[in-house]
Amino acid sequence: MPDSDLQLDESGKLRHFLSIEGLNQAILSEILDTADSFTSVTDRTIKKVPILRGKTVANLFFEASTRTRSTFELAAQRLSADILSLNVDTSATVKGESLLDTLQNLEAMQIDMFVIRHQDSGSAHFFAQHVRPGVAVLNAGDGQHAHPTQAMLDMYTIRHHKHDFTRLRVAIVGDILHSRVARSQIHALNLLNTAEVRIVAPRTLIPVDAEALGVRVFEDLEAGLEDVDVVIMLRLQRERMRGALLPSEKEYFRRFGLSQERLARARPDAIVMHPGPANRGVEIESSVMDGSQSVILQQVSFGIAVRMAVMSMIVGQSGLQAGGDA
Amino acid sequence: MSLLIRNALLVDPAGRHSGKGNLLLQKGEISAIGSTRKRFSARRTIDAQGAWIMPGLVDCQARLRDPGQPEKANIESETAAAVRNGITTLCVPPDTQPPIDNSATVELIHHRNEMFGQRAHVHPIGALTRGLEGEQLSNMASLRANGCIAFSNARHPLANNLVQRRAMDYAAGCGSLVVIQPLDPDLLGNGCAHEGAIATRLGLPAIPEAAETAALAKDIELVAQTGARTHFGQLSCARSVDMIRRAKAKGLPITADCAIHQLFLTDHDIGLFDSNKFTIPPLRSQADRDALREGLVDGTIDCLCSDHQPHEVDAKLKPFPSAEPGISGLDTLLGLALRLVDEKLLPLPELVAKLTLNPATILDLPGGRLEAGADADLIIVDPDAHWICRADSFVSKGKNTAFEGWDFSGSVTHTIVGGEVVYQA
Repeated sequence: MPDSDLQLDESGKLRHFLSIEGLNQAILSEILDTADSFTSVTDRTIKKVPILRGKTVANLFFEASTRTRSTFELAAQRLSADILSLNVDTSATVKGESLLDTLQNLEAMQIDMFVIRHQDSGSAHFFAQHVRPGVAVLNAGDGQHAHPTQAMLDMYTIRHHKHDFTRLRVAIVGDILHSRVARSQIHALNLLNTAEVRIVAPRTLIPVDAEALGVRVFEDLEAGLEDVDVVIMLRLQRERMRGALLPSEKEYFRRFGLSQERLARARPDAIVMHPGPANRGVEIESSVMDGSQSVILQQVSFGIAVRMAVMSMIVGQSGLQAGGDA
Repeated sequence: MSLLIRNALLVDPAGRHSGKGNLLLQKGEISAIGSTRKRFSARRTIDAQGAWIMPGLVDCQARLRDPGQPEKANIESETAAAVRNGITTLCVPPDTQPPIDNSATVELIHHRNEMFGQRAHVHPIGALTRGLEGEQLSNMASLRANGCIAFSNARHPLANNLVQRRAMDYAAGCGSLVVIQPLDPDLLGNGCAHEGAIATRLGLPAIPEAAETAALAKDIELVAQTGARTHFGQLSCARSVDMIRRAKAKGLPITADCAIHQLFLTDHDIGLFDSNKFTIPPLRSQADRDALREGLVDGTIDCLCSDHQPHEVDAKLKPFPSAEPGISGLDTLLGLALRLVDEKLLPLPELVAKLTLNPATILDLPGGRLEAGADADLIIVDPDAHWICRADSFVSKGKNTAFEGWDFSGSVTHTIVGGEVVYQA
């Protein structure tokens, strides 16, 4: 089954949100436009709209996460959904219950949407293939495969600052090999016709045949940053040192840490992004992180609006009335 | 009991017989092969007009999951699948539970096959080291005396090269074949898909070619050092084919097989995380697939196997990286093989040799021959029967096929073991 068949229904509407791949530019634009209408909601005193009233959203996190889970919870709450959050690694699966048992037991509670994070690449597709018709799956990160809502909030941030993707050079810097965020960002940037997408990393953190994703590969940070409009830094997981992928944090920072000096290679109005949580002094210097070009904190607040947009497009009944009464 | 098969098209892997003929089977052997004019008389006659007769297939690598994993399969279910699909001999790797590292397990397998088997020959391959742990040698001479046809550490590569060298020396000293599936456990890691654009896009932990070729290079060097007759199983990479070709050219006592699915599928077939396409070694690139086919044609690859790995439904009903690897292959082995003839890769007798004479010769087994005096393990195949692969109708207990919906032509109408019809359509 092609990706699009699973994610889109017959009329081209979003049924599940599993990966950017398989979607089209119109859907991505709709997500960004819808998120626009929700940013005003998050700024109001009563931060709720009734779009998902009566619906139940289950957060199913097989991998520990506080930040992402909280933004999904907030997004669902602001859409007036009932929300159930489960950290599954500590409960059922330990007792030998299979993934599908867990899913089906929850389905029996009349869940309308599952927000799922799982350590296996492909797990979101797996769940989407096995839920009952009418139940939606939203991928909150599957292994090293995809993290599409993170990518969309990054696109939202870029559009907020730069408007037109077709003239942008974007560099994604860091552990591309293990990053589901990077994969989703690359697909999204390409679907939105970004002029040039670069990845910058030491060779041990670049997946084989990365060019096939539609990127230019750089192993030198200075060259990779030359004239870019957007710099996206990725978090470096500490366990990468143990797998002999890198010698040390110190050496990583020397080669790939984003300093003010290196940032000067980019265009003067370039923005700096990071999906968080950042390791100051490892992939990014504090002065850049807190500097005038950093939009990192904005990303977090946009995250809620983008997740509201995706949830409402999947589960919301008829057209969006984001400005409606709470 | 004598049996006469009349008017069959003779498919002789050794190339001595061809055209239409009659076969007389007596006392478990082929007692005579002659032209259709030759008159034999027998208690029973099968008129095989329009059908092929060939030796029963010798599958040099098939897991029956017996003893130890009845939820996946057992000797009864898998020998039934074998004879239904024209396989009369099954060679079982030692990673059963417990492993085949002691005579009791060998006897248990033989006993179960006598009690419950559907008449296919089941030959255990013994463990090279105790418990497959790569530390102490198994009692190879005793295991051989009890019926182990070769020694292997299956999918548990030896971590210690000194132990491997000694194990190969010892096996060779016992006159036994060593069977190696070349794998470097560190390079394999937690990988589950061929390292390339597909794994990169899907974010699947990747298995580089070197997981196979680095191990193979070392293994070939140890063959050169020890002179141990060695068979390399389930090759998957173009570079491996090349290495085997060069090693053979140097005269090393080496043979090789590949799993038949590797000649048809590539990493593209993983599609959207189809766990039925999860195998170890992984489905590789188009170039690898083509090189394996080339190796098959030029004789670098001596035989084909099913690499049968039946699973219960739950083993595959998981996200791709958490699923168990392997394909249930007995039900599709012949169908896929005959496709290679349709695709004009090899003439029928040569292809059949890859599944009969060659593995039988390598493993020193009696079957696999169409000649007077040979064991009467034969199959009759209707070449015009078309069928569509449906896991639901598999005889194997494992329904985990990678070929659901594929069209095949050529279907077994009779399977004969030791001169007796053990399956008839």
